[in-house]
Amino acid sequence: MMNPLRIIKNGIFTENPTFCLVLGLCPTIAVTTSAINGVGMGIAAMAVLIGSNMAISAIRKMIPDEIRIPAFIVVIAGFVTVVQLLISAYAPALDKALGIFIPLIVVNCIILARAEAFAFKNGVMDSMFDGIGMGCGFTLALTLIGSVRELLGSGTVFGHVIMPAVYSPALLVILAPGGFITLGIFIAVFRHFQMKKEEKTTGAVSSFDGWKQLDACQGCALKGICGGGNSTVPCAKEAKGADA
Amino acid sequence: MSLLALFIGSIFVHNILLSRFLGNCPFLGVSNKIETAKGMGIAVVFVIVMASLMTWLAYELVLVPLGLEYLYTLAFILIIAALVQFVEIVLKKTQPGLYKSLGIFLPLITTNCAVLGVAVLNMNERYSLVASLVNALGSSLGFLLAILLMAGIRERIEMNTDMPKCLRGLPIALITAGLMSIAFMGFSGIIK
Repeated sequence: MMNPLRIIKNGIFTENPTFCLVLGLCPTIAVTTSAINGVGMGIAAMAVLIGSNMAISAIRKMIPDEIRIPAFIVVIAGFVTVVQLLISAYAPALDKALGIFIPLIVVNCIILARAEAFAFKNGVMDSMFDGIGMGCGFTLALTLIGSVRELLGSGTVFGHVIMPAVYSPALLVILAPGGFITLGIFIAVFRHFQMKKEEKTTGAVSSFDGWKQLDACQGCALKGICGGGNSTVPCAKEAKGADA
Repeated sequence: MSLLALFIGSIFVHNILLSRFLGNCPFLGVSNKIETAKGMGIAVVFVIVMASLMTWLAYELVLVPLGLEYLYTLAFILIIAALVQFVEIVLKKTQPGLYKSLGIFLPLITTNCAVLGVAVLNMNERYSLVASLVNALGSSLGFLLAILLMAGIRERIEMNTDMPKCLRGLPIALITAGLMSIAFMGFSGIIK
């Protein structure tokens, strides 16, 4: 068994699902209009992730390889339904704020990607810690983005007034465009520090080129099936088809 | 008239990508060339309309009479996954030309939240069958429009060498999407 602390640290820092793997963009942009919504979405996704990771890891030897994706989706959908019913029963305000994005946890790439990349290959306890780590990484990222957007857009964080009264809130930040722009700036800053670090250790100018990688495909769970893409071919399957 | 308003509204005002944030993975991932974006967009139009029809029928004719509404998430995702697989097999056998241009995008669409999202929206709003199909067609055409615009912009900005390195790729694509979203907010006046 791997070191649980290392697995959790990997989820929060090394392979942060939002900033490094760039997975699950839709809920990241949509629900982070306030810090509390970010926390709520993060915890809901973490609950599903822990449950589905453990369940898939437990039954992994019984799932035939060819139909693993449909099998994963059924397990995940079951856990999403449980979480959805719990939220609507015990946190109706959160249910209203997150709305359609609770059922959409089913198609959140993070959960399917961890099922495919981790739970299908590792033991139950390891998978549980991976779920905790990835879930914490996702929750922290959503909370951070939510806090910044709430601070700029309404002058508060978690409902506490932070900005002085003279500050007039930039409403744009909590509207739709603000979600895209804030996340874009966050990822740019994150990459800037990542490249600085790389340049410091290697001593050469970083060769990283954002256009070369199709970021949204990079960590997608279905990459194993569709082949993923790069800057010349949108999909490896197509390239193979062209050769044949 | 209200159907027309729903149709126009779902394309421009509540654009599925820029105002409802559904289906961002293909929007940012498969938009590097206009040709690719067109293939992806048309495949999405096709699947969203078919999936809305099937999920509406399943919800109204199976889940509601049996009192199993709470299982809609599970039922919808299974219907969509089966439908996508079915469409892929049928296209491969009967329309090899069409399969060649759309087929590669089909497996990507199963877990596209736009498809499940439109089905859930139709259910939440309790749209009739016709209204569901109109909403599905409008939303998916909105997807096609946005992804084509994005691909057109990206083909130009990828040539830009003055751009700071850390902004290249996804960050600038997200900021571009934000600016497009501001432009689309201008449509919000056309439907009251």
